[in-house]
Amino acid sequence: MFSDYTSAELVSIFAMQGFAGLILFSVFVLMALGLAIIFGQMGVINMAHGEFMILGAYITYLLSSFFENNLPSLFSIYFFLAMILAFIVTAALGALVEWGMVRHLYRRPLDTLLATWGLSLILQQVYRSVFGAREVGVTLPDWMMGSIPLTDLVEIPFNGVFVMILTFVIAVSVYFLMFKSRFGGQVRAVVQNRPMAGAVGINTQKVDRITFAIGCGIAGIAGSAFTMIGSTGPTSGQLYIVDTFLVVVFGGAASLLGTIASAFTISQAQSTMEFFLSGSMAKVLTLLVVVGILMIRPQGLFALKIRR
Amino acid sequence: MSFVSFRATFSRHDLVYIGILAALLFAILPLFLDIFRLNLVGKYLTYAFVALGLVLCWGYGGILSLGQGVFFGLGGYAMAMFLKLEASDPESTKIQSTPGIPDFMDWNQITELPWFWEPFYSLPFALLAIIIVPTLFAYIIGVAMFKRRVGGVYFAIITQAIASILTILIIGQQGYTGGVNGITDLRTLLGWDIRTDSAKYILYYLCCFLLLVCLVLAKLITKSKLGRLLVAMRDSEDRVRFSGYDVANFKIFVFCVGAAFAAIGGAMFTLQVGFMSPSFVGIVPSIEMVIFCAVGGRFSIYGAIYGTLVVNWAKTTFSESFPELWLFAMGALFIGVTMSFPRGLAGLYSSYVEPFILNRWKQLKSKQNLKVSAEQARV
Repeated sequence: MFSDYTSAELVSIFAMQGFAGLILFSVFVLMALGLAIIFGQMGVINMAHGEFMILGAYITYLLSSFFENNLPSLFSIYFFLAMILAFIVTAALGALVEWGMVRHLYRRPLDTLLATWGLSLILQQVYRSVFGAREVGVTLPDWMMGSIPLTDLVEIPFNGVFVMILTFVIAVSVYFLMFKSRFGGQVRAVVQNRPMAGAVGINTQKVDRITFAIGCGIAGIAGSAFTMIGSTGPTSGQLYIVDTFLVVVFGGAASLLGTIASAFTISQAQSTMEFFLSGSMAKVLTLLVVVGILMIRPQGLFALKIRR
Repeated sequence: MSFVSFRATFSRHDLVYIGILAALLFAILPLFLDIFRLNLVGKYLTYAFVALGLVLCWGYGGILSLGQGVFFGLGGYAMAMFLKLEASDPESTKIQSTPGIPDFMDWNQITELPWFWEPFYSLPFALLAIIIVPTLFAYIIGVAMFKRRVGGVYFAIITQAIASILTILIIGQQGYTGGVNGITDLRTLLGWDIRTDSAKYILYYLCCFLLLVCLVLAKLITKSKLGRLLVAMRDSEDRVRFSGYDVANFKIFVFCVGAAFAAIGGAMFTLQVGFMSPSFVGIVPSIEMVIFCAVGGRFSIYGAIYGTLVVNWAKTTFSESFPELWLFAMGALFIGVTMSFPRGLAGLYSSYVEPFILNRWKQLKSKQNLKVSAEQARV
């Protein structure tokens, strides 16, 4: 399949597809980070994670039309405001869900899966009633349009670069939060040994709730970033949820580095193959390989040693 | 089976429950519903096969599979492939550029029947494939996962991913599978028109009969030593392993049984509804099948059937009158059942209805006894 192209063309194809893969990678990382924190910390599967992401996307959409109509002078910076708001709202909803639902099901992880699936159905229908079934898109500020021409064949769009920078910043802040802050120390203590962490005076319930809220909040930011590269519909979240779970499981639960590495592998494999095969076959192949590897190595790429 | 072990497997309660169910399915529903509604019930009952398998896997074995739609779909597609080949004989497809192949292949510029379609000209092969292909697939998944002690949430996610893969594959390979529309326009089974009312009645009864057979099989499994081992494994896997049992083999077995049940359901679905499409394979239908089972009661094989009927009936009624409310109701059902009624309808029955019935029964009996003794005293 490579023989139809010259070598220069091949290089630029790989560069372009690699870049498209990087954007996919960014969305995967943003979604999977939140999921990995929640899953690694509490062993809870949040099937409504995609819907939390879409909530962030809708908040961005609302804010963009608000600024467009009422405060056009500040339109160029609305996006930063939208991200902060998306984080706060989704984190608040996450804390509410943890308090009302997930808290009662910690001993039954499979039931959490079903209950959060129910939540995701309800949220989808709420979005459909409020925003309509059609997909909506946001207007990007001028400075995000356009692209940097690298060579004749390779062009790098600004919004993609922005999403990547954003992902990097968030990944780094999550790293600092989890590994350098006092709160992160508490979270890791609870992951490693819940009863002992409780015995030394960590309020494990509070840690759980904050972790869940932060995980959901990151999903909100992911949704915010998602609006820059795609349009948002009530069921967009569901499209990504299985992929994201595979990313988390493939990376090894509770390992942030693993999550990032596996997001990178999966997104690059998918987008590179997409050029040569049809989109659906690329996805099938990628998922098959991931499932196959998981059958051989169930603990994922980077396994955390935990005493159970 | 000797009489003693028969009585050990089926207590008097079980016989009553099976009798009530059989009466409901074979007599009451056909008497009171017109053929359109009865056909709908038949369609719901095909999901009950899946729910029955889930009771064994999830309720007894503790393995939650979110990919039962895969097996349902494989069974259904195997049936549909046979029916489609029969429907597309060269005579009735002579307007196509290649007569004798299914119409969707012709639309996708395929000029030759693919090799894996060839054997489906024969009904015995198709019937075997309905059971064997999904069971074999489940066996492969089971061996790969359970031998490596993958379970719980991981298993759920991976089965879900497999459901997603199969859907994408079916939709993507339009020329070979009929794509998103599925395999439609199925007409006859060995020359017997399956679209007539009388055929629908016969298929409905066949479906009920097979369901009862599966139910009895499930009952046998749960009452056997295997069933007890499954429960023991669910509650404390390590202890069973330390007692010298190979835990993985039992899990694989019960997962295969669940897959075979689902496949029979899928084949009956194709026969009764007249088509098969990827919308019964993917993530959403698979997880819906879990809720049928959860509503009925994940530990009760009878509950699974009633749960399926109730949820589907509610779905049809709601979607006819308030389509936008249905998803809310469905979501609430998921949350409510898992949080407040983890034992489902069967749990409600055994904690409220059954004691009431038993009480009344005792009262009646004691009254009768009183009467009898009074009469005896008079004599």
